[in-house]
Amino acid sequence: MTEATSRPVQVHGEVLTTRRVGAYHHLSLVAPGIAEQTRPGQFVALAVGGPDTALLLRRAFSIYRVSSTGVYGGTVEIVFAARGPGTEWLARQQPHSPVDVVGPLGRPFALPREPVSATLVGGGYGSAPLFGLAETLRSRGSRVDFVLGAGSEQRLFGALDAKRMASTVAITTDDGSTGLRGRVTDVLAQVMERAGTDVVYACGPMAMLQAVSRVCADRGVTAQCAVEESMACGIGVCMTCVLPVRDEDGMTRMVRSCVEGPVFRGEAVRWEDVGTVPDDTYGAPAAAH
Amino acid sequence: MGGPVARFSVRTVPAPERTAEPRYDLATRLASVELPNPVLTASGCAAAGRELQQFFDVAALGAVVTKSIMLEPRSGRATPRMAETPSGMLNSIGLQGPGIDAFLAHDLPWLHEHGARAVVSIAGGSVEEYAELAGRLRGAAGLAALEVNISCPNVANRGLVFACDAGAAAAVVSAVRARTAPGVPVFAKLSADVTDIVAIARACVDAGADGLSMINTLLGMALDLDTMRPVLAGVTGGLSGPAIKPVAVRCIWQVHAALPDVPIIGMGGVRSGLDALELMLAGACAVSVGTAVFGDPGAPVRVLRELREALSARGFGRAADAVGYAHRTDRTT
Ligand SMILES: Cc1cc2nc3c(=O)[nH]c(=O)nc-3n(C[C@H](O)[C@H](O)[C@H](O)COP(=O)(O)OP(=O)(O)OC[C@H]3O[C@@H](n4cnc5c(N)ncnc54)[C@H](O)[C@@H]3O)c2cc1C
Ligand SMILES: Cc1cc2nc3c(=O)[nH]c(=O)nc-3n(C[C@H](O)[C@H](O)[C@H](O)COP(=O)(O)O)c2cc1C
Ligand code: FES
Repeated sequence: MTEATSRPVQVHGEVLTTRRVGAYHHLSLVAPGIAEQTRPGQFVALAVGGPDTALLLRRAFSIYRVSSTGVYGGTVEIVFAARGPGTEWLARQQPHSPVDVVGPLGRPFALPREPVSATLVGGGYGSAPLFGLAETLRSRGSRVDFVLGAGSEQRLFGALDAKRMASTVAITTDDGSTGLRGRVTDVLAQVMERAGTDVVYACGPMAMLQAVSRVCADRGVTAQCAVEESMACGIGVCMTCVLPVRDEDGMTRMVRSCVEGPVFRGEAVRWEDVGTVPDDTYGAPAAAH
Repeated sequence: MGGPVARFSVRTVPAPERTAEPRYDLATRLASVELPNPVLTASGCAAAGRELQQFFDVAALGAVVTKSIMLEPRSGRATPRMAETPSGMLNSIGLQGPGIDAFLAHDLPWLHEHGARAVVSIAGGSVEEYAELAGRLRGAAGLAALEVNISCPNVANRGLVFACDAGAAAAVVSAVRARTAPGVPVFAKLSADVTDIVAIARACVDAGADGLSMINTLLGMALDLDTMRPVLAGVTGGLSGPAIKPVAVRCIWQVHAALPDVPIIGMGGVRSGLDALELMLAGACAVSVGTAVFGDPGAPVRVLRELREALSARGFGRAADAVGYAHRTDRTT
């Protein structure tokens, strides 16, 4: 697995297009300097609310697609759910609205050196970063299969993209409005069996990532999971976005998901302990006594 | 990075001093130490400078104030650690950090190599721990000053916060002062969550503090109205950001009025050069930019640029002349 490094920049971006996609909003932004450096799995942090806003913190969004060519000199696309004041503000922006963008942020999905069979699992808008990844994997000769899941058809993102790119696409919804009624993990093992999966890439709710990691661990397959933790800065200075992760030596540390993630190896994250500081964590209060 | 189109400019650091620009004397003094300008980072909002270096040259700031460091590595508290509030945020990080050994091995040398002046913030659970930290930092290259974060629970006194008790605050300050090299100023960082901040300030100065930093975050809390439970895993958290600026102005004003010769590093809600100016007019000789960095990683250099403009627009040739200017009794101007 290889990893590329990038250096985030802060740019005065501008909305290029807006579009509704089912329950989500799709936004493309002119943001030069970001597209060129972006690797699949990285994210951008957008300032929301305008110059004198009471919303002080940036909002993080997975990068869905980038284009570094064309008349606008670098665009970044995101897909998001309007669910609070920041995302609602973003949903109201029109073409030409200024948006301050910081990115690309975080560590991307690690890519295999050799062609492999990769299964990509997305939950809700969590599928967004997987399409760029699928393109990269395919261009390197890997097989790609998709498993997409969501609450309902409205909240399923990218089924058409997936069909265009993948060998097979399995779809599940909680309400059965499209695909199989159920969860992605209800079909994952079967897909992996059929595809001879070597590596799983996943992005979606924490509970989904935990379940996907378990399926992968049972089969001895590596999982690369992109997590979504509440973030105040997105650049590694505030320590709000931490979760318990085991390092190579088995020591658990509270690591920053914005700079050491958002992509982690599934078996390294202590999913059942997210939201706590396990007693055996490096520097935990209990360990001090 | 591709050449930016004029309209979508990539933000870069302004050249330190272009000769065409009129020069203002932005230098300020933290007791015995002179800084090239009065804009600093705030402890806990800039880590140890490395991450911000991606956005601007940290050596362009007056100083980098580092995240409060403790003797031992600390995991910090459980998540959620953050809640956004109107014009502010609550945090309950719990002083997560690598401990003084790793800090001395990696962080301070990095700042020194990059030409940054470091104001190192220390935190402890006992007077001895603070003293030990000061001793470990003695003689370290790149150390410009110490900021003593006394907003920590005192293990020996049922967790009563040092900053809320004049005696405990003074004990920490005098122990740190005694272990610190004479040329390195010691600033005590005060909490506004006290009945009489001037009394605490006086106790710290009498105990040997060369200056004061204020204000730390204010204790606050938010409830999640869906779960109907506290948002933060730590239940309560520290409120910061523009929401607390009036409290910072009031504290700086009161302390500067009582102790006009004591240098103050002001912080609390600074997000523009005008905010920085307001804290200086109240009596701060330097200003830390904290929470604003989360929304705008380039905030410290932007604030510096805006402050320079704001000072010159008001006819201040020297930044030092603005310090405490709002206290003047002459009512004709
Ligand atoms: C790495 C990463 C990638 C993400 N990618 C996407 C994406 O592609 N599409 C999408 O719709 N959403 C994505 N999110 C979640 C998105 O950041 C939140 O939905 C958004 O911040 C909510 O802001 P708000 O003002 O609407 O809601 P509020 O709940 O009012 O937000 C208040 C505060 O909490 C933080 N916050 C709240 N929920 C989340 C959350 N789930 N994750 C992180 N911070 C949160 C906000 O940043 C803000 O500071 C991602 C989050 C992360 C960390
Ligand atoms: C996430 C966060 C972490 C902080 N950590 C520390 C710390 O370690 N030590 C300290 O003295 N103050 C800490 N502070 C307080 C700030 O240094 C500052 O005093 C306060 O936030 C007010 O300034 P602001 O409104 O500009 O943020 C922290 C603040 C925030 C928001
Ligand atoms: S969000 Fe601030 S350190 Fe990760």
